[in-house]
Amino acid sequence: MFFTYLGRELRRRRKQAMVVAFGLALGIGLVVTVSAASAGVKSAQTTVLHSLYGVGTDMSVTETAAAGTGGPTRFRFGGGTGTRPQAGTAFSRNTLSPTPGEATFAGSTVTSISKLNGVNAVTGGLELNDSSISGTFGSFGFGGGGASTSGSSSSSASPPPVSISSFTAAGVQPTSTGVGLLTSSEIIAGRYFTSADSTSAVAVVAATYATQHSLKLGSTLTVAGKAVKVVGVADMPSGSTTDVFLPLGEAQKLATLSGKISTVYVSVASASDVSAVQSEIQHLFPKATITTSADLAKEVNGSLSTAASLATNLGKWLAIAALLAAFLIAALLMMGAVSRRVREFGTLKALGWRTRRVVGQVMGEGLTLGIIGGVVGIGLGFGGSALVAGLAPTLSATVGQSFATGGGFGGGSAGGGGGFGGFGGGTGFGGGSRPSGAGFAGRSPAVSHPVLVHLTAPVQFGSLGLAIGLAVAGGIIAGTLGAWQAARLGPAAALRKVA
Amino acid sequence: MYQLTDVSKRFEGSGRGVTALEHVNLTVAAGELLAVQGPTGQGKTTLLQLLGGLDRPTSGSISFDGRDLGALTETELSDLRARAFGFVFQTFNLIPTLTAQENVEVALVPLHVGRKERRERAVKALEEVDLGDRATHLPSELSGGQQQRVAIARALVKDPKVLLADEPTGNLDEEMRDEIISLLEGLWRDRGLTLLVVTHDSVVAKRAARVALIRKGRLTIRETQPAVR
Repeated sequence: MFFTYLGRELRRRRKQAMVVAFGLALGIGLVVTVSAASAGVKSAQTTVLHSLYGVGTDMSVTETAAAGTGGPTRFRFGGGTGTRPQAGTAFSRNTLSPTPGEATFAGSTVTSISKLNGVNAVTGGLELNDSSISGTFGSFGFGGGGASTSGSSSSSASPPPVSISSFTAAGVQPTSTGVGLLTSSEIIAGRYFTSADSTSAVAVVAATYATQHSLKLGSTLTVAGKAVKVVGVADMPSGSTTDVFLPLGEAQKLATLSGKISTVYVSVASASDVSAVQSEIQHLFPKATITTSADLAKEVNGSLSTAASLATNLGKWLAIAALLAAFLIAALLMMGAVSRRVREFGTLKALGWRTRRVVGQVMGEGLTLGIIGGVVGIGLGFGGSALVAGLAPTLSATVGQSFATGGGFGGGSAGGGGGFGGFGGGTGFGGGSRPSGAGFAGRSPAVSHPVLVHLTAPVQFGSLGLAIGLAVAGGIIAGTLGAWQAARLGPAAALRKVA
Repeated sequence: MYQLTDVSKRFEGSGRGVTALEHVNLTVAAGELLAVQGPTGQGKTTLLQLLGGLDRPTSGSISFDGRDLGALTETELSDLRARAFGFVFQTFNLIPTLTAQENVEVALVPLHVGRKERRERAVKALEEVDLGDRATHLPSELSGGQQQRVAIARALVKDPKVLLADEPTGNLDEEMRDEIISLLEGLWRDRGLTLLVVTHDSVVAKRAARVALIRKGRLTIRETQPAVR
């Protein structure tokens, strides 16, 4: 009888029931869509963060290079005496050096950090730049004019030509720990390193770099003047700046930085442990710069940041407002419907129906409308999420200057010598001084390569549960208000009201 | 069966209160047919509601089979209404979305009667009021007289001790009125019910052995020719 009565009543008030259910559905649909969009934005942010400092990393530990130290090895063609080479002499240099601005430190730091409470996984990495230059000395000398170059190769303003190229490289632990610049899950062809590779001349290359330079499994490339065999290709997150990955030991050997690393990547056991672990590391290594993903996220700018702000602020409040409006409409319509059925409820009480049963009947109607609204709302949510994913433009993100490592290729005129600002300098070739941080320092992920991410809106299973919960709550609220109205009148009063 | 002692009922509204019944004393024997008459708004329906446990007196006591109705809890009153009292209203008060049979079944729901038995008893009750062929009809598909028959079947399906009818012919034409009166009288006679009927209709009142007259909340009893069972 309960379901027969319930079904017939809802059918009788079909239009009203549809308004209530659709109102709830709209609110639920918005909640699902907004949470899907938020998840998409979060995923995009994660992509950006991963591209900047690796998958699974909660914090990175670096040290800033002291002024006048670090940076690339200077090319010294004149033997360091300042004398100019003879015109027509060919030259060629290939060096592997640490990323400018970042100091290298002992690899034992990884072991120390791994012993701290709350640390889940930890790995060390050595971020490097491979730079090569080749050409012939001209009679005009090298330098002067203040021409700046950019890109992977260029030539000076007048012949003879000079060929310059560079790529970014990183030394990674040969055994994947699921954290760091490269993890085994990112390998799409070939293999990840094994412990047997620790000092082997093997490399994993980023898929985009492999495509650009026609590298395949088994190809060789030159790193610090040494032939290295490609054993794997990795699909790196959009915006990742590392082109070539080497086993850490091999990278240290090629860069003549034995036992050194430049970054420690740390994964913590729980998000709540981040600040405690950060403090412990800071205590252990006072000079270290510790960057958490939250710090990094704050520095993300661009349309992705705007989308995140929209999703968390406007979207959230829009969904809350829609839900409240839906609840209110549902409650008012239910109360209106109940007030028109006072005689009916009075009659049922006269027939011996307890108040509890009458209330249950009304609440059942509200609950049914809530469930219908929830199911339709989830459908709307899926539709809305698909719409967001379909219409969303590709978002861009850049990271604040404070996280830029190095200054980009070609510093322009600076100091006395000018010319190839930073890559001569000192007492070597070019003779000029260079400003700190500028010069042939490799790419900055922030400045030269903003990360482009396509916004997706994956519907979250958690949000579906929330949607059903909210819909049921909405139905119960509406039903309770209606039922309260039905219950508060005694049978005689209900029957008298009609009379 | 009923013993009303000094019963008063006063309604407190937002303005002045209204005394519907004042110091009513009445005894109703089991199996009696009592007609309640009086001008509109003088307390007839209020008296019926008190007798049916739909309301409580402001003062005085109503004893039904030795139980003080005013002292019972809401739940006890609900249970009593479900088992002992059958109501027939002037406006039929059928649930518009349920069929005739389902409307009758509604009265058995609080008695926790199983679905199959509920259906059988409802069909039987409808046949008793000569509406067996209208079981699947909605109230809107029935005439006024048929709707009142469904209401009577709903009141009787649980075999109540008392049938309380409030102007049962008030919304019916003359032909239907006679039909319903005959039906009620026949059921009263055959089932040994106690029948309390509020009515304006003197034809109905003439069938009762006693008539309770209510005027300005005060009740007087008029003895008539005893009805033959």
